[in-house]
Amino acid sequence: MRCLALLALALASLLPAAAEAQQRTRLMVYTALENEQLQPFKQAAEAALRDIEIAWVRDSTGVITARLIAERANPRADVVWGLSVFSILQMEGLEMLEPYTPVGADALRPSMRSDRNPMTWTGMDAFVSAICFNTAVAQQRNLPRPSTWEDLLNPAFRGQIAMPNPNSSGTGFLTLAGWISRRGEAGAWDFMTRLHDNIQQYTHSGSSPCNNAARGEFGVGISLDMRAVTLRNQGAPIEIIVPTDGVGFDLEATAIMRGTRNLAAARRLADFAVSRPAMEVYGRYYALLALPGVEPTVRGYPAAFAERLVDADFRAIAQERDRLLRDWAARFDGKSAPRN
Amino acid sequence: MMSDAALSRPRLSLDQALMRGGLWLAAGFLAIFLVLPLGALLMRAFETPQGGFAGLANLAAYVTTPALLVAAWNSVWTAALTALIVVPLAFAFAYALTRSCMPTKPLFRAVMMLPLLAPSLLPALALIYLFGNQGMLRGLLMGNSIYGPIGIVVAQVFHCFPSAALILSVALSTADARLYEAAAALKASRARIFRTVTLPGARYGLVSAFVVVFTLVVTDFGIPKVIGGQFPVLATDVYKQVVGLQNFNMGAVVGLVLLLPAVIAYALDRWATRQRAATLSGRAVPLRPAPRRARDLPLLALCLVVAALLVGIVGVAVWGSLIRFWPYNLSLTLDNYDFTRFDAAGWSTVWLSVRMAALVAMIGSVIVFTIAYVLERGRQDGALPGMVRFAASVPLAVPGLVLGLAYVMFFNHPANPLGFLYGTLAILVLNSLVHFYTVCHLTAVTAIRQLDPEFEAVGASMRVPVWVTFWRVTVPICLPAILEIAVYLFVSAMTTVSAVIFLYGPDTKPASIAVVHMDEAGQASAAAAMAVVILGVTTAAKLGQLAVGAVVGRVTQAWRR
Repeated sequence: MRCLALLALALASLLPAAAEAQQRTRLMVYTALENEQLQPFKQAAEAALRDIEIAWVRDSTGVITARLIAERANPRADVVWGLSVFSILQMEGLEMLEPYTPVGADALRPSMRSDRNPMTWTGMDAFVSAICFNTAVAQQRNLPRPSTWEDLLNPAFRGQIAMPNPNSSGTGFLTLAGWISRRGEAGAWDFMTRLHDNIQQYTHSGSSPCNNAARGEFGVGISLDMRAVTLRNQGAPIEIIVPTDGVGFDLEATAIMRGTRNLAAARRLADFAVSRPAMEVYGRYYALLALPGVEPTVRGYPAAFAERLVDADFRAIAQERDRLLRDWAARFDGKSAPRN
Repeated sequence: MMSDAALSRPRLSLDQALMRGGLWLAAGFLAIFLVLPLGALLMRAFETPQGGFAGLANLAAYVTTPALLVAAWNSVWTAALTALIVVPLAFAFAYALTRSCMPTKPLFRAVMMLPLLAPSLLPALALIYLFGNQGMLRGLLMGNSIYGPIGIVVAQVFHCFPSAALILSVALSTADARLYEAAAALKASRARIFRTVTLPGARYGLVSAFVVVFTLVVTDFGIPKVIGGQFPVLATDVYKQVVGLQNFNMGAVVGLVLLLPAVIAYALDRWATRQRAATLSGRAVPLRPAPRRARDLPLLALCLVVAALLVGIVGVAVWGSLIRFWPYNLSLTLDNYDFTRFDAAGWSTVWLSVRMAALVAMIGSVIVFTIAYVLERGRQDGALPGMVRFAASVPLAVPGLVLGLAYVMFFNHPANPLGFLYGTLAILVLNSLVHFYTVCHLTAVTAIRQLDPEFEAVGASMRVPVWVTFWRVTVPICLPAILEIAVYLFVSAMTTVSAVIFLYGPDTKPASIAVVHMDEAGQASAAAAMAVVILGVTTAAKLGQLAVGAVVGRVTQAWRR
């Protein structure tokens, strides 16, 4: 009997604590933002919207997207704030987004907001695929510094490059999409076939190529631009190179989930997400912001950064996604033994 | 008419009715928390992404993927090779622990569990530091890369060793000395005694260990993801489909394919059951090994080597948590343990994990052992026992990703009356309990099967109700095994990632998830530090088990001596 009582007690402790008296609306916000960005974003939003509290659920793009789609029947997230536009478009296709045009969203760059009326999503900032270049390894192995994607075809890089497998990682797909937008499909496949000879590993994780390039496991990692900041702060001999021959880019975007139980509060957060104060916070981490006229304060980006971005039709690419990935897998996946 | 039919049926005794009722409860528990969620997800293998009926189209699409056969073959041979390395090694280790008189056995018993005590990222990091392209010992690989099958097998051997050793040490821990005396009186050689008495006695454990290791390797995606490079295996196919492509239908197809090992395991289990006889009859005289240098010294040497390897790998990772940045700045620091610098949740994730793991252990050991008991000692007629037995062997073959996703879809469904569990700590607890069910179940079954059913028969003839026999005889005798189960659940819940990654909420993020996040963010040293903190907690639990076990042993196991 005592055991049963203990068990009952244990079970009771599992149930959520009786909601403490609070007036603030708690918004469940799903995100794939970097961990270090969560606190500043939350503080800025809560300072502007005093009666709203942000509760983050953060994970990698793939996991959080899978989770949102799995929860579709009964959405738990009120707002998605900081997720790849490709994921957002996928959810748009599944009718998972609540249409709403946030106040001030018309001022955003046209390429960085939803083309529907009312809008289904709004952009925050852009991040691009980039090359993480380990200068210590380069010195050791006499690798030239690449400044374009084309440079990576140099035989000196044989077995030195890691890139994310587009079938496992959004970063990998973004890179692939950039090459296709720039070179056309045939040109991109030709480029990748030649690049394949220099690849040491197609990794499953989008962050692994840069993290492991920083550790000297690879000379070159293809990843996202903002990855390298954390690594350099720790003392990694890593240089982030935004290739001059056109880079694929992705947007961080905001959307309201259809079925949210806090629609009014969710709309106010969506309003905040396109406002100037919010853009100033994004500008601490990202070099290209959705709202023109806000000067980013992040450092280490070339002045003409925005011009290197390829013209991308996100919706067209998102619709082709399945076929492109199948083609990629048929050409490069699982066919090659690991190289040394 | 109906009541006549009911009356004419042979009446169950109260005991039997109770056991049958218990079995129904067990079946209900496994149905709600395992079979239904999993079934709902796996049904998606036969649906289109829009929810329409697809028939076998998805399966056909998957089977015709050229890479599938490669991945399936890779999964099978790496798993078989791992099992062939691990099982004999674990058997020797368990044999030394149970049948020799070597010194410091409790210490080895604790060290044996080390790989289970730490999140899987920890050995992966250690292997990169040791054998990666900048690794300290990369020369040992003679030009081969650690990223690929070599890395997978090495990491899996490390990862699976405790599970195999745990099962085998339970299987070897009880033996009837009379058999050995008889064999010795018949002048059988030691080799012959080993072959004809020891091995058959441990046969069930050997089969279980082999099946467990094989299945663990086939379903684990964490190790191939981090250290396997692009070496394709089935488990990473699930990852690709679910996390890369958000294609749950194809993910379900691969999940279904991965259930094959569970079906084979079940068949093997039934086969082993038919072969067995209760090892420990009521008249058994417990075997007490006598010191013998020719046996004890080599076994001690072997255990020392194994222990040194296990401690070495963990040691490298602990060192990795104390350096600033591998391999370019090896100065020592404690900054990596100031977790608020990397994750706003900071240390609170650790406390959450401890609470969750403690609940899994408390609730889980009660549920697992009771279910194993009603299953083993209840009447075996009808389909129910077989179904429960099969259900209990399934979780091992389900990749965590699939189980996590299944829980989201099942418990978050608007029509589910248990929906209130979703988003709470309870769902994490139940999910972890079910995820690690099989090994615990096998441990409990192995322990119970070693007891002669005569205990219950005697109890019944003395008109002692079955629950009294259970409570006063079975539980005390099996207390070491129950303790083992509780601690196994505790450490597994502390380190689990793959299923709970879909289930945690803003206030229920476990430390093991924080480890993954920090590693993704490029904070390898901080991730190692958090992993070391988890290791500290689990080690404390393990040492606690040893201390409690010593007391319990003195109180309840005196009859064995």
